[in-house]
Amino acid sequence: MINRDLVIVGGGPAGLSAAKVALDAGMKVTLIERFNQLGGQLIKQTHKFFGSKLQYAKTRGFDIAKILIDDLNGFSHDQLEILLDATCVALYPDKVLTVYQYGKYMKYNAKSVIVATGASEKILAFENNDLPGIYGAGAIQTIMNIYGIQPGKEVVMVGSGNIGLIVAYQLLQAGVKVSAILEAASYIGGYLVHASKLKRLGVDILTNTTVKKAVGEEKLEKIITVKLDEKWQEIPGSEAEMDTDVLCISVGLSPLHQLMSMAGVKMVDISELGGLVPKKTCDYETTVDNVYACGDVTGIEEASSAMVEGRICGLMAANHLGFKHPNGEQLEDDLNNQLCVLRQGPCGEKIRCGLKKVGEI
Amino acid sequence: MRVKEHPILNFNHQNEIHFTYNEKPMVGYEGDTIGAALYDNGIRHFSDSVVHKRPRGLYCAIGNCGSCYMQVNGVENVKTCMTLLEDDMRVISEVDEDKDD
Repeated sequence: MINRDLVIVGGGPAGLSAAKVALDAGMKVTLIERFNQLGGQLIKQTHKFFGSKLQYAKTRGFDIAKILIDDLNGFSHDQLEILLDATCVALYPDKVLTVYQYGKYMKYNAKSVIVATGASEKILAFENNDLPGIYGAGAIQTIMNIYGIQPGKEVVMVGSGNIGLIVAYQLLQAGVKVSAILEAASYIGGYLVHASKLKRLGVDILTNTTVKKAVGEEKLEKIITVKLDEKWQEIPGSEAEMDTDVLCISVGLSPLHQLMSMAGVKMVDISELGGLVPKKTCDYETTVDNVYACGDVTGIEEASSAMVEGRICGLMAANHLGFKHPNGEQLEDDLNNQLCVLRQGPCGEKIRCGLKKVGEI
Repeated sequence: MRVKEHPILNFNHQNEIHFTYNEKPMVGYEGDTIGAALYDNGIRHFSDSVVHKRPRGLYCAIGNCGSCYMQVNGVENVKTCMTLLEDDMRVISEVDEDKDD
């Protein structure tokens, strides 16, 4: 059994940010990452981020990952242990964790745990939705932006939220044709600045339209689309065929909650936050003592808020165990202000509403 | 097909990695996962669903969905989307070729 002050599960924007603040406060930290490099999904984000300078706005996602990773340089191995290719396969209520790495299981006994596991992509229900050639938007980004492989000849995108729009643009940058973007609602979900850019490049965004059926033997060959009325019901006779070898599904994310559910954390189902999320205090502590959660696993939002939440979470974990961050009080105020600013306005309404519900249940 | 030109990213597709897939020789590049290299070699059918044996491809490519499990160097159920490709790897699909459907 390996004893640590803090074990962080997940080396994405939330986990990396939490690690930095907890280390600055003097905690001995183990950071567990499933992939062979740190950065989470930031490493495949080629676009420049919104938000303010405090969350590295106008910087490309993969460059933000580099900044967050560089922030962890200079700590000794005793202070910071980073486990790559390592999966946390169990989290128990007494804060014992089982970690699987290179064919071996290891046990950690943590005084506190931060769960920053992020999210997974949702799937859409339609006939033959499991055919090879139908991928989540994140998978397309991985294949294309990390490995430099064109996912196919042409792509139909389902979903016009920011991820759908951004990935469609990235496909064009990688030299792949985007035949159309389908949107079931009557309006475009993402920012107009992204949608306008695509329209200027000749990509049609078809609202009130969804995919009814995928067709193909061993892999996708074509799709059947259908028009929807204002009540999201199919309009008979409005079906149309589109040839395509890739269908990219971008219909949102849901929190990777499994570890917390396993640890006995009280979970609540909040649609605005993407599904099951942990009930937590304003100190980001879940219903299990000294188990904290931050980032997308507490509700689907942007990487910018995941970073700020991560920092607050690291600070709270340190405070509760009596570790003093040199700049703790001011940092806490600053970070809480940053979150308020990020969640202001109409774009933050959904998340504000969701967070309010978590508080109410 | 590999991305040749990109306005933002530079891909270093130089150091070849040689491996076999179902005994057939294939080539990937240093830094590829097994899944990425297979995809580039035109493989789309990565596994079969457990009950109905329907073909499955990569769905998430980041270790969540479990559609890309294969046998690698004799070890069953390896997540090919998360495992780095190495020289002389022997990758065998767990697809049942004899299924009658």
